[in-house]
Amino acid sequence: MMAVSQQIGNWLEQFTKQEPAESWLQKLRENAFTRFTELGFPTTRDEEWRFTNVAPIARTQFQPAVGSFAGAFSPPVGVELLFINGCRIQTELLELPNPLPKGVAVEDLPGAENHLGRYADYKNNAFVALNTAFLGEAAVIRVKRGTVLQRPIEITYQAQSSGAPFVTHPRVLVIVESGAQCSIVESYQGSGRPGAGYLTNAVTEIVAGDGAVVDHYKIQRESMDAFHIATLQVALGRSANFTTHNISLGGALVRNDIGVTLAEGSEATVNGLYLVNGTQHVDNHTVIDHAKPHGASHELYKGILDGRASAVFNGRILVRKDAQKTDSKQTNKNLVLSDDAVINTKPELQIFADDVRCTHGATIGQLDAESLFYLQSRGIGKAEARGLLTQAFAQDIIDRIKVPELKDQLEKVLAEKFHERSDH
Amino acid sequence: MALLEIKDLHATVGEREILKGINLKVNAGEVHAIMGPNGSGKSTLAQVLAGRELYHVTGGEVTYDGKDLLALSPEDRAREGIFLAFQYPVEIPGVSNMYFLKAALNTIRKHHDLPELDAMDFLERIREKMSAMNMDQTLLNRPVNTGFSGGEKKRNEIFQMAVLEPRLAILDETDSGLDIDALKLVAAGVNAMRSADRAMVVVTHYQRLLSEIVPDFVHVLAEGRIVKSGGKELALELEEGGYAALGLQDEAEAVSKA
Repeated sequence: MMAVSQQIGNWLEQFTKQEPAESWLQKLRENAFTRFTELGFPTTRDEEWRFTNVAPIARTQFQPAVGSFAGAFSPPVGVELLFINGCRIQTELLELPNPLPKGVAVEDLPGAENHLGRYADYKNNAFVALNTAFLGEAAVIRVKRGTVLQRPIEITYQAQSSGAPFVTHPRVLVIVESGAQCSIVESYQGSGRPGAGYLTNAVTEIVAGDGAVVDHYKIQRESMDAFHIATLQVALGRSANFTTHNISLGGALVRNDIGVTLAEGSEATVNGLYLVNGTQHVDNHTVIDHAKPHGASHELYKGILDGRASAVFNGRILVRKDAQKTDSKQTNKNLVLSDDAVINTKPELQIFADDVRCTHGATIGQLDAESLFYLQSRGIGKAEARGLLTQAFAQDIIDRIKVPELKDQLEKVLAEKFHERSDH
Repeated sequence: MALLEIKDLHATVGEREILKGINLKVNAGEVHAIMGPNGSGKSTLAQVLAGRELYHVTGGEVTYDGKDLLALSPEDRAREGIFLAFQYPVEIPGVSNMYFLKAALNTIRKHHDLPELDAMDFLERIREKMSAMNMDQTLLNRPVNTGFSGGEKKRNEIFQMAVLEPRLAILDETDSGLDIDALKLVAAGVNAMRSADRAMVVVTHYQRLLSEIVPDFVHVLAEGRIVKSGGKELALELEEGGYAALGLQDEAEAVSKA
C-alpha cells in the first residue's frame, strides 16, 4: 500500500502553490485541507466505498488544470456559465445572445460566505474536503425572492484533455430565495484527445428557500477515461419543491453522492439514470433526510449495464423522530444486458418516526423475451428490437425531463448509443 | 403449390410434447379455422409458425411459399409476409405504437426493395385503416398496447395486420375477451383483408367468431393432432354438440391426464 503521506504530497504541493484568498476563504480552505490530510482517500474497507475502489485516483499525480479557451469549441446554445478546464470563460468572449435574466445574479465569492461549505460536509468526505481546499473560481448564483425563470440556468464544465492527467474542482452554489422558481442544468463534458485521463472533483450546493421550486439536472458526459467524483447537497426550506435528475453516461469511474435535507412540508424528487458499458463503473449514493413532518420524497433510479461494467446504487432514507407523516418511496431498477456486468443495489431505511409511509424496491432483470418476440414477429430485427427495448427502459426517466431541448438532446444521444449497441 | 404446407410437425416446450404430428395445407385465398379444446395445441401451432423460440420443433417440416419456414428467424418470417395476431398482445412501455408500426412497415418494405416511408407518408397511408378499426389517434401516440383495454389490444392487432398487409395471417384467439360489438368490428377488419392472394389461419375455441369470419375449412385439433377436418358446417356441429360430441375433453381433464 502506498503511504498516505505519499498520496498527500502532490496535493500539498498544489495547495501551498495556490494564491492565498481573503481570510474567511483561506481559513475554510485550510481547515478543509487539514481534514483531507486526516481522512486520506477512502478505501474499500470504508462501508460507504465498499464497491468503489478509488485507488487509481489516489495513486495518480494529477496536475492542476490549465484553463485554456480553444476557439474551435462551440458552446451549447443558452449556456450562461461556461468553464473550460475549471476556468470560467467570460460570456462576452462567446458573444452569447442571452445575458442573465432579471432576478438572477452571478456573485463573487465574498457574497457566498454564509453559504459555501455549509451544506456539503467536508469533515466526512475526503473528496469534498479536497474540493473545498481548492475553492477558487466557483459558480455562485442567486435567484432573487419571487423570481420565476423561464429559461434554465446552464452551467457547463468542459474538460479538454491534452495528455497529462489533470484535476479540476468545479464548485457550484445556487441560492434560490423564497418563492423563486428555476431550473438548473449542470453539464460535465469531456473533449480533446484521450490521454492519461483527468479527475473532475465536483461539489454543488443548492439552497432552496421557503416555497421555492427548483428543477435540477445533472448531465455527466465525461470522456471514457475520466474520473468523476461529485457531491450534490441540497437544503430545502419549508414547502420547497426540489427535483433532480442525475444522468450518468460517461466516465471510467464515477461516484455521485447526493444528499437532500427536507423541511416541513417540502417535497423532493430524486431521479437518476446510469448507462455503463465496457469496464465503466458508476456508484450513486443518495441520502434523503426527512428532518421535519409532512415531507414527501420520490426516488427512481434506473440503470442499464452492458459489457463488464459495474454499478452501485445505495439509497439511504432517513426519517427523523420529528418527521411524522413522511411519505417516501424509493425504486431502483436495473437492466443487465450481459453476463459479466455487476450491480450492487442496497436500500437503507432508517426510520425513527412512527406515523410514516416508506416503501422501497429494487429489481434486476434482462430484456423481456416475450416483448422481443413481439417486435421480431412484426419484422423488426433482433438487434434493433433489443435496442428499442433498452431505450424504452430508459424512456420513463427521459420523459420526466421538463426542459424540452435537454429532453430532445438526451433522446438523440440515447438513440445513438443503443443503435450502436445493437450493431454487434 | 400451397402457400403453407405443414407435414408431420412435432414440437415441445421443455420436456413436454405439445404438437404430435400436424399436417395441414393452406392455399392462397383460403381461410382455415383451427378449433379445439383448451390445451389442444392451437396456440402452440400459431406461435411455432411465427417462430417463437420457446417451442422446439422436434420433427416434421413446414414449407411457406416454397421456402423452408423453420429455417427463418421470426423477423424474416414477418418480412416474407407472415403475421401473427397475438392472443395476448404484449405491452411495451416506452415504445410508441406509431414508432413501432412505422419501423415494422419500413423494415418489411426495405426487405422488398421498396423505399422507406417518412412520417407524413406513413400517416397518410394508415389514416383510412385507423378509422376502419375505430382507432383513435391517441392510441397511436401511446406506448405499444400499454394500458389498452382487451378490445383495444385486439383492434390494434388487426390494425397492424391491415397496415403490414401479410400474405399469411394467423389469428390466435382474436375473439377471446371481446363483446359482440368489438367482435363484429374486429371480424369486419379481418374480412376486409380477405383476398385471392392472401391466406388466413383462424385459431379459435368458439364458433361465434366463425359466424363473422366464415372459413372455407375447419380443422379440429386435439392432443396435438388434427383429428377431424371439414367445411364450415363442422364448426356448427361443434357448436351444437360441443367437443364432447367428438369424444374430446377440455383443458381441465386434458391437463390432469397429462
